[in-house]
Amino acid sequence: MADVLKFTDRGIYCPAGDFYIDPWHPVDRALITHGHSDHARWGMGRYLCTDGCAPVMQHRLGEIDCETVRYGEVRQIGDARVSFHPAGHVPGSAQIRVEVKGEVWVASGDYKTVADSVSEPFEPVQCHAFITECTFGLPVFSWTPQDILSEQINSWWADCAAAGRPAILGAYALGKAQRLLTSMNPDIGPILTHGVIEKTNDILRGQGIALPKTTLVTADTTYKNHPGALILATPSGMAGPWIKRFPNPSTAFASGWMAVRGTRRRRAADRGFVVSDHADWDGLNAAIKATGATKVFATHGYTTTFQRWLSEQGYDAHVVSTEYAGDADDNDGDAA
Amino acid sequence: MKAFASLFTQIDETTRTSVKTAALAEYLRTAPDMDKLWTIALFSGRRPKRTITAARLRVWAAERAGLPDWLFEESYSVVGDLAETISLVLPPPSKHEDHNLTHWINVVKDLTSCDDVARKAGILAAWDSLAATERFLFTKLLTGGFRVGVSTKLMTRALAKATEQDEASLTHKLMGKWTPDTVTWESLIETEDPTADLSRPYPFYLAYGLDSIGDLGSPSDWNAERKWDGIRGQFILRSGEHHIWSRGEDLMTDRFPELAQLRDYLPDGTVIDGEILAFANEVPLSFNALQKRIGRKTVPKKLLTEAPVILMAYDLLEHAGRDIRTETFDTRRKLLEEITETVPRHAPIRLSASVPFNSWDTLSIERDRSRDLKAEGLMLKNKHSPYLSGRKRGDWWKWKIDPLTIDAVMIYAQSGSGRRANLFTDYTFAVWNGNELTPFAKAYSGLTDAEFGEITKWVRKNTLQKFGPVRQVPPTHVFEIAFEGIQASPRHKSGVALRFPRMLRWRKDKLASEANTLDDLNEMLATYG
Repeated sequence: MADVLKFTDRGIYCPAGDFYIDPWHPVDRALITHGHSDHARWGMGRYLCTDGCAPVMQHRLGEIDCETVRYGEVRQIGDARVSFHPAGHVPGSAQIRVEVKGEVWVASGDYKTVADSVSEPFEPVQCHAFITECTFGLPVFSWTPQDILSEQINSWWADCAAAGRPAILGAYALGKAQRLLTSMNPDIGPILTHGVIEKTNDILRGQGIALPKTTLVTADTTYKNHPGALILATPSGMAGPWIKRFPNPSTAFASGWMAVRGTRRRRAADRGFVVSDHADWDGLNAAIKATGATKVFATHGYTTTFQRWLSEQGYDAHVVSTEYAGDADDNDGDAA
Repeated sequence: MKAFASLFTQIDETTRTSVKTAALAEYLRTAPDMDKLWTIALFSGRRPKRTITAARLRVWAAERAGLPDWLFEESYSVVGDLAETISLVLPPPSKHEDHNLTHWINVVKDLTSCDDVARKAGILAAWDSLAATERFLFTKLLTGGFRVGVSTKLMTRALAKATEQDEASLTHKLMGKWTPDTVTWESLIETEDPTADLSRPYPFYLAYGLDSIGDLGSPSDWNAERKWDGIRGQFILRSGEHHIWSRGEDLMTDRFPELAQLRDYLPDGTVIDGEILAFANEVPLSFNALQKRIGRKTVPKKLLTEAPVILMAYDLLEHAGRDIRTETFDTRRKLLEEITETVPRHAPIRLSASVPFNSWDTLSIERDRSRDLKAEGLMLKNKHSPYLSGRKRGDWWKWKIDPLTIDAVMIYAQSGSGRRANLFTDYTFAVWNGNELTPFAKAYSGLTDAEFGEITKWVRKNTLQKFGPVRQVPPTHVFEIAFEGIQASPRHKSGVALRFPRMLRWRKDKLASEANTLDDLNEMLATYG
């Protein structure tokens, strides 16, 4: 049987439907799993994504020709039947199911299997072949349960507030930031946000996602004006001059890489909270098992290691080289 | 262990020294004496004897976690710390036992007398009853190295706060070969007489590199000596017994048996700060000669004749049984001259000669002769200064000669450990030999974090081949490698061995083809080797 999807130097291609999934070079028709910049790129002729993904993507990419679908809605594109299913990664993120002559392949983009209160929960999709990320595809990665995480962040914040020190938390703007917001206890103090994050908040609030009250940091914002504040910043915001307006801060990062002490110390932040929009080791293995797939393609992350592990578990596993950025713990994109 | 784990977490969660010190001081005020004693032992590099090999721990942890060995190794290379890797891959504990630090250290020590089956059972049981941080710390105790971001200096400062004692006198009390089995908290910390232990060394005074000679004022206030490239050591002679300590507080007495005869020539109650040098015909031998003797507990006869050592005496710390560190350098130097001038020439000790000078310009000319004299540069000591402890600015300066440099191409990269885990920081460098690249040095320091980050990204995208943790990369990037010395070495493919190679600069302006050649390296060997 012919391959439903092929891996080309422009992206994941479906010959039966003549479309690409998350291409990294300009193509005519692109199906997009989610709005992060390494998956939703500029320059495609037409875009197709979920209705939950479109607003942020349009904000980021500007004027684009974008069509939307609901989760589970089936589209016929050429000889391919296509549908989008929740990936649990960020709000609106999807796994894309492609069926050609009864053969089903799923391109999962980025995903996580635990619920986070802002993203639509991950749904396993039965398929013959599954394309998976493995950003955290090593057995050392195991995420902190949400309730403990919440407790950790709030007690850090409360300690900072009691000591009169700004609590600055670094996290990626789309998904991670909002997930953290819903974990925070607004009774502790005001929540201030970096512009990039606040813009994303506005868009997601417009889609009906409930977030606690946040205040945009402007030129006049000081800690004195907002005593006890937690400041939610992007990692690049934390590295820049922007942070200097909050003297004597306690700094923290929220990322899956914080599970490793060396990375935590290298960041030179006071605290590292282990929280990721990607699946941990157990999450990846459980997700793959639930698809019933016999063929698995590992795209980005610890691909060769994960492929070998899957092969030893009896899967027909392969490594695929892509330009998705999830493999670096030092990138400033949307990953991790 | 809960209290100790909580201390560790507080220390690990901050980058501020003041917060670390305060947390440790609080612990040292409140913990039971035995736990306090072990804590200061661990933070001054004294750990329970290693009872189990790292190889066994890896196998047992992988087995317990249900992982193939290769996957455990992959994980280890990303985490960069064995104890941490183990604590991360193991399943959560099935029960929780709360015992203090000393209990767990005794568990580690008791493993010595067990056979392998019992050891394994004991370790698995411990892993299964400890929460994440405690499990990490317990495994750290097993693997030996206990470096967790607390220096001896920081610990001593916290101890000074907790006990309201003077930091310098505590530093002295903590020196030497004590372990928690040979002392008590009372005898080590609360007792006043630090010389009760006859082998106890004084804390070393360490110099900073000189920034600008112009800041030193009048040349007449300063004494200049050659800076020798050997092993800094302290020679102690008390009650007819002698002890030799390294700067890293290793007892080296048995490694340098020829120095035992100094007992016959030096007065009792003498402590000399000096440099152990391989030395023949009144000239220092290369550090390579001395290197052969480092790490050997006993010395074969052949080495004793090939690489005989002397003590190059720099300073006198104890005279006639009296601590004279508060006397001026001039006074100490005169006493040192007195006790060494009567020693016969065949005895293995030399007074480090003063280099006479009357202006900074003449001294600068003397400095330029360093390489010819097999010295690393000059040491400048203020004549009116006391002997301080630790690294302090102001009274002592090292004025080293500029290093030798060569432009080389990076051909392999390996990730570091600890803070550098998962970051490519250790590189192998090569020079051209015709159209081939010959590796000649490894280096892992000298670049900024941003540069290491940039190279790491590049290595990930440009790996040609993997050999375990080592990545072969295309010969693209040129680095200026600095080093202190060069020696012929038949063990290396290039035929040379460098002393202290490190990266001085990333030469982004140079192409790989513009790097130096093996001929250039051999020319340096002929000139400076």
